[in-house]
Amino acid sequence: MDNIYELSAHEICKLIRRKEVSVEEVITSQFNRIEKVEEKIKAFLSLYKEEALDEARQWDKKISQGKKIPPLCGVPIAIKDVICIKDKLTTCASRILQNFRPPYSATVIDKIKNAGCIIIGKTNMDEFAMGSSTENSAFQITYNPWNRETIPGGSSGGSAAAVAGREVPIALGSDTGGSIRQPAALCGVVGLKPTYGRVSRYGLVAFASSLDQIGPLTRDVTDCALLLKIISGKDKMDSTSVNYPVPDYLEYLIPDLKGVKLGLPREYFVEGIEKEVREKVMQATKVMEDLGAEIEETSLPHTEYAIATYYLIATAEASSNLARYDGVGYGYRSKEKLDMIGMYKKTRREGFGDEVKRRIMLGTYVLSKGYYENYYGKAQRVRTLIREDFEKAFKKFDALITPTSPTVAFKIGEKIDNPLQMYLSDIFTISANLAGIPGISIPCGLGRNGLPVGLQILGKPFDEKTILRIAYAYEQNTEWRKMRPEI
Amino acid sequence: MKYHINIGLEVHVELLTQSKLFCGCSTKFGAPPNTHTCPVCLGLPGVLPVINKKAVEYTLITALALNSQINKNCRFARKNYYYPDLPKNYQISQYNEPLAKGGWIQIKVNGVTKKIGIERIHLEEDAGKLIHGTEVQNLQDKDWSFVDYNRAGIPLMEIVSRPELASPDEAYEYLVTLRKILRYLRVSDCNMEEGSLRCDANISISSEKGKMGVKTELKNMNSFKELREGLWEEVRRQSELLDRGEKVVQETRLWDSRAKKTYLMRGKEEAHDYRYFPEPDLPPLSIDDNWIEKLSASLPELPQQRFERFLKQYRLPEYDATVLTDSRDLADYFEECVKLFPKPKLVSNWIMGDFMRLLKQEKLASIKISPSGIADLLTEVEKGTLSIPMAKEVMEEMFRTGKGVTQIIEEKGMKQISDEESLEKMAQEVLRENPKAVKDFQKGKYQAVKFLVGQLMRKTKGKANPQLANRVIEKKLKEYK
Repeated sequence: MDNIYELSAHEICKLIRRKEVSVEEVITSQFNRIEKVEEKIKAFLSLYKEEALDEARQWDKKISQGKKIPPLCGVPIAIKDVICIKDKLTTCASRILQNFRPPYSATVIDKIKNAGCIIIGKTNMDEFAMGSSTENSAFQITYNPWNRETIPGGSSGGSAAAVAGREVPIALGSDTGGSIRQPAALCGVVGLKPTYGRVSRYGLVAFASSLDQIGPLTRDVTDCALLLKIISGKDKMDSTSVNYPVPDYLEYLIPDLKGVKLGLPREYFVEGIEKEVREKVMQATKVMEDLGAEIEETSLPHTEYAIATYYLIATAEASSNLARYDGVGYGYRSKEKLDMIGMYKKTRREGFGDEVKRRIMLGTYVLSKGYYENYYGKAQRVRTLIREDFEKAFKKFDALITPTSPTVAFKIGEKIDNPLQMYLSDIFTISANLAGIPGISIPCGLGRNGLPVGLQILGKPFDEKTILRIAYAYEQNTEWRKMRPEI
Repeated sequence: MKYHINIGLEVHVELLTQSKLFCGCSTKFGAPPNTHTCPVCLGLPGVLPVINKKAVEYTLITALALNSQINKNCRFARKNYYYPDLPKNYQISQYNEPLAKGGWIQIKVNGVTKKIGIERIHLEEDAGKLIHGTEVQNLQDKDWSFVDYNRAGIPLMEIVSRPELASPDEAYEYLVTLRKILRYLRVSDCNMEEGSLRCDANISISSEKGKMGVKTELKNMNSFKELREGLWEEVRRQSELLDRGEKVVQETRLWDSRAKKTYLMRGKEEAHDYRYFPEPDLPPLSIDDNWIEKLSASLPELPQQRFERFLKQYRLPEYDATVLTDSRDLADYFEECVKLFPKPKLVSNWIMGDFMRLLKQEKLASIKISPSGIADLLTEVEKGTLSIPMAKEVMEEMFRTGKGVTQIIEEKGMKQISDEESLEKMAQEVLRENPKAVKDFQKGKYQAVKFLVGQLMRKTKGKANPQLANRVIEKKLKEYK
């Protein structure tokens, strides 16, 4: 088989179990694909070909000996470079961590390894996950496989592009304000941000601690459900992870929507949203209705404050989380021999990119004496209101349907000098992080310039099974899942 | 003194937990640099804190002992500032939702008892330690500094008093009393030399009672004595300013123990803005009533209560009770002894005397002499087997070797001669050998008895029971013809 790289993870699993392909063949096929297209996509910051092949051969040996194998045995996976893997470069796409190799692995890494996944590399991103286009990487720009003139979205742009470009079937990203869902939408793949506390953050380099979650990027909903199950669960190393049972999400994947109540929040269909995006999402709701869902318009009245609230809370937390990059213990230190304050200043000036500096300054400001109450304090109160909007809506609806992003992928360079415009690309995804609820983005057609449009389904806390079910039913009854960029 | 003084103390103590506040690293003092560290206490990218339950428990115990109100829903906060000994450049501490608020400590200064209010008690992580190039031997470039993170993350409890201490002497007494309580609770060893107890002070003076003057913060007092000295010096400095009609400026000052002066460290405008905000990596701490009840029930008797009980139950003088209740271990030891030898004042005399002198070099927990050893010793003294000097010698031997009383007496042949018959025989000999003394006695010189008793003691190598020796000599003299 020479097109294994086209397969989804659950298909690969099946073939390996039936011994129709070897793990080595899977990994080889994947790296052949990477060698062919990576030059055009530039999704990866590190690749571990030899190690991955070694691991593959070890699995093959075990399989040939008839040993029991774990659920995702032999499935290649890519990891956003914000998640620590022991002894592997973990750069967060930042100069300040360009040589940093953590002496420990994130909890999710242990989990996927125990599940049999083979890590093939680490993917590009906006520096410290700050951005919506992956252009803020200190190392390289990643290209959208659908159109190399456009960005893949961000900040998990590398993971989304790698999955869309069939360089890997599944990947992990992180989502603080939409960083999994928005690139998934722009690259035409599936991306899920779990409920806050569903997946351990231990080993995820923090951007905004109260908003960050790790989640899957895949080409279909089944893979998304599979991977989510593997990475979910309480972790004693993360006090904010929640001890809530992890269901077998696959059991909930049924191809109809009978009895499902869906809300369409009108604040998500306003000016500024591309015509085609609105059309595609509305068409999708028709499909869902045909599948048995009841759909009704609703309102989340505090939506308009979400972006302002987010940029106060996220930057405040970031200013503190990123304070540790000071050149003292690890990471980049300015070569100049200076006094202590001089070393701090020079190291951080040289080590951080513009967007990161902008957010650190903003966050430092909003926490300062005399401003705290008016900014951070107020933002926390608005955050509560936003959460309550959702609580109210979820009394009536099982899930909410919105566009993931107001536009399809935009041109490289188009918004890089206009941070406010860039921030607006997260307008529909940010609220889920503020409220801590799960959200999934799935492809729902092609919009302007033939670029993918994403549909977002928002669910109740810890009710990932319902949004997966809705996504699955829609996916199985449409043709979009077969959509592939020509690359 | 024409000014009224208001002093408040901020006391930091390291808690005696086995592991650090947010990771499993050891808290042992004195390990080689950076050997008690892990990704969490080094603040590496991606790590998260997990609260140490024992540290919370120790803080709760302290809150209960200091009559404070426990905040059942408290929170941690980040205190942001840059310094190389702080791995994350923020300290996980508590801000406006501390573990406990309010409370008081009773102190006694010059015979007057006074309650000093507690403002708050909270829990935070310690920072590491900088070692500067000038302190390192064989280092070429003295400009460099080094960081030891062994201490980073050790749990620190901060106890803030209200500014109700009216003199440096009261501040001193407050700190002594607080330390005694914390040691009783076994939550900290409060060792100022090893840095497990640190104390900063706020001090202001005012010519009007009840009105607060402008305060200065005083740091760098490294012993109890320095605390008192530093505060007196600051009182003197502030008084001089006011005397001259000048104003005290709000600032932080450093005590220089060599020059016996305080120096400006930073002014009000240079004060840090710590940009506190709730720690998002830790959910609010909720403390359930059962836990508090359990801890209340297991709270040990506190020094003050124990002192009062010692006065009443054992009818000890105040001095004895004070000395014996100075530490929980000593008080326990005393009570164990009294249980086995129920003459409290006698036990007290022995413990406060030679026992304490011998104890100086050792820790009570590791000494070889047990309360039952003390009881045995005192029993022998009472029976007359041992004279006081003999008993002292035996006690020293017990301290050194841990041997039992009987064994030591036997080995040293120390038994006091209380056998009247053999003493009489020896007395007879003494009289025969000292005819002049006998004559003197017969002439009415009572002094001679003393001399003859001394001779008898010499003959027995000091083993004769002194009272008996006296009686026997007198008896033999009367019989002497």
